[in-house]
Amino acid sequence: MIEQFKQIEKNRHDYAKDWKKKKDGKVLGYFCTYVPEEILYAAGVLPVRILGSHEPQDVTEPHIFGMFCPFCRDCLAQGLKNRYKYLDGLMIAQSCLHIRQAYTSWIKHRPVDFSKFLCMPHKVQSPHAYEFLTEEYKVFKKELENWTGNKITDNDLDKAIEVYNENRRLMRKLYDLRKRDKPPLTGEQVMEVVMAMQMTDKAEHNKMLKELLKKIENYIPDRETGSRLMILGSEDDDTVFMNMVEESGATFVIDDHCTGSRYFWNEVEDGKDPLSSIAARYVNRIPCPSKDWEERKRIPHILNLCKDWKVDGVIIMQQKFCDPHELDFVAIKKALEDAGIPTLFLEFDVTVPIGQFKIRVEAFLEMIGEEDLF
Amino acid sequence: MEQEAIYPTEKLKCWKKVKDIRMKFYQDYAEAHDKGGLRWAGGAWTFDAIPAGLGEDVYPITSEPYSATIAFDKELSLECMEATEVKGYPRDLCSYMRNYWGSIITDKFAFGYKDGEFVPRFQGAKPIGFPKPDFIWQDHICCSHAKWYQVVSDLEGGIPMFTVDNAVGPSNELTDSKIKYVVEQLKDGIKFLEKTTGRDYDDELMFKAIKNHFVSTSKWAESCALNKAIPAPLDEKTIYSLYVLGTLQKAGKQVADFYEKDLLPEVKDRVKRGIAAVPNERVRVMSDTQPPWSFLSIFRYLEKFGCVSVGSLYTFGLIGQWEVKKDGTWGAKKIPDVEFTSRDQALYEYVKYELHKPEWQHFYSCHLKSDMMIRIAKEWKLNGVMLHYNRGCEGLTVGIAENRLALLDAGFPVMAFEGNNADEREFDEARTKAKINAFMETLGVK
Repeated sequence: MIEQFKQIEKNRHDYAKDWKKKKDGKVLGYFCTYVPEEILYAAGVLPVRILGSHEPQDVTEPHIFGMFCPFCRDCLAQGLKNRYKYLDGLMIAQSCLHIRQAYTSWIKHRPVDFSKFLCMPHKVQSPHAYEFLTEEYKVFKKELENWTGNKITDNDLDKAIEVYNENRRLMRKLYDLRKRDKPPLTGEQVMEVVMAMQMTDKAEHNKMLKELLKKIENYIPDRETGSRLMILGSEDDDTVFMNMVEESGATFVIDDHCTGSRYFWNEVEDGKDPLSSIAARYVNRIPCPSKDWEERKRIPHILNLCKDWKVDGVIIMQQKFCDPHELDFVAIKKALEDAGIPTLFLEFDVTVPIGQFKIRVEAFLEMIGEEDLF
Repeated sequence: MEQEAIYPTEKLKCWKKVKDIRMKFYQDYAEAHDKGGLRWAGGAWTFDAIPAGLGEDVYPITSEPYSATIAFDKELSLECMEATEVKGYPRDLCSYMRNYWGSIITDKFAFGYKDGEFVPRFQGAKPIGFPKPDFIWQDHICCSHAKWYQVVSDLEGGIPMFTVDNAVGPSNELTDSKIKYVVEQLKDGIKFLEKTTGRDYDDELMFKAIKNHFVSTSKWAESCALNKAIPAPLDEKTIYSLYVLGTLQKAGKQVADFYEKDLLPEVKDRVKRGIAAVPNERVRVMSDTQPPWSFLSIFRYLEKFGCVSVGSLYTFGLIGQWEVKKDGTWGAKKIPDVEFTSRDQALYEYVKYELHKPEWQHFYSCHLKSDMMIRIAKEWKLNGVMLHYNRGCEGLTVGIAENRLALLDAGFPVMAFEGNNADEREFDEARTKAKINAFMETLGVK
């Protein structure tokens, strides 16, 4: 069902290289989903998210202190191992300190033609964040034009916005289907679709998504749904873990991840001009915990997701040492438990101890299922 | 070891004064309500000239130095750490933050009264509870800054909070738009302060506080620049007790006056007379990030080898403001020659000046920090560098491994030691001393 998406995710480098050859365009690797892909796309650049490979490695030891998250080290390892040699550019939008290190080390030790640290504001709850970010985008747009030699018109931006918005609408449609008593896709399958989304030309992803939606619209899987779970926390692309949980009598029906719903939940809405509209989208999106202050706006959103997707329990995961999530999960756990939703907290590394986690997950699922048993 | 003195030395004359100012700071905060005043909490980097406009009876407590004070009190610190862990917070989070939260959870202030005198708890003070702030005035550049106080507010059952996002990019890329983004937030912040406290805001008081800020940060840097002299008039262990005033209340008149009228003339005099901090100075190093506060004795251990740590980007640039002078060297940033005529103009000047803070630059790129560290290593004539791979502070440890590589490339021997600024459970004193032994041998002193 999702083989095409899986193939892209597994062969991400081949996909990007083929795209580059076919389109004679530039490919830019990005860290963090606060990068405004629409502007890159309008310039004819393919943005691909840098993700890790879940392999133990030691190449990053001289570059990143061990107390920083495994995800940033795994990402940097991909660069140091020359797996992204085809990249023309590299970019990050200001988010957490950890992933920033992967970017700064990468551009020094594996320099690329174009690199950019985009100053995404932290205080997205400030009314002044819109104007500030729009101004940052204006500078970025000029830099992109100089680099690519392509003038980026408002029309180009509008087209890019439409492609991206369509992608977001289709994904929301796909997520809506997971509200069903028998969700047509597992959480693992959806994770593959989202990961592919972050490394594919969105126009192509839209086509693939439309075909997938057609296939699953009336599809009733023959597997038992089991407990309906939500997974939330740090960056997470650990399909092995997802598979293990779903093989243990559960289905992930919803998530709050930047490799999940947070990436596409909000669309760009019409504003006074394309750049300020894009800026508003990134300021207003479901925030990463590093930007979710002074008010914790994620909590009501998470509680709504639990309600709408009829969630029985939540697995709160976090990348080891991920400070922004560590600073949120106590409050999130409390809010969920106050709402009567059980939680299981797990700390992830580059690879997870699947056997140990399985025992904990099974115990959690038994606990959730207790009411049915007795 | 224990080598003979080469230079004369003497104690700092202003030593008692710095201690008194620090103690009064905490006492003022604790007793603010008794005098009908207000108290507020925020970080050491916050724009503290802004709450100053609320009146002269408004007293702050700054999170990092307060937490370092707890760290120095090992017994209290352990209690705070464990109380925080019981609440579910992970022990790899910022250790300052955990000490601070623990002080609230256990309701134990690090200070109290002994025979009517206000003293630290470890000096036998009768315990008092943590004095709850009336409002929070924070800044945010490190991932933990605003989140720190979100939790403080949770723990205290809700405190009005305002945070300024000052992470607008490195100073070499400053634009009008970046400065205005911060200025506009400060203006919103003033409205928040008026609404929260019910007081009218006095721009004149703010103007004075900003001027104090300029003096504190510039004069502190000027004193640090004097440490380029051989022998160094100040050693880093002493510097820790001096720089702390800037982290308490850089916009306070008592701090500005101390740096300008007490410390700077005394350091100048020491340089003129060749007074050394470490009389057997043979080699010079710098450190990086906060030290392990419970183990400052390692700096005295260095002295046994004739090694003086002359400072660091941390102690120089956490509060100090610097600029490149005509001769290409680093010196204190010139105090802006400007009269304030309006709130907007004063805020603009304040923000424009402050965004150059050296210790904010590495948040955007560790390579900017490497360049500054190499500059210090050259201009302060260092023989080597000791990098504290500090598990207790992600903000100042970001990119430290790249700093190490850059310093090595520039020809400076580097010793890295792992520890924690405020969680003593994560510092291995014996192992660190063994490393120092080997490092000193590398530098040719043993």
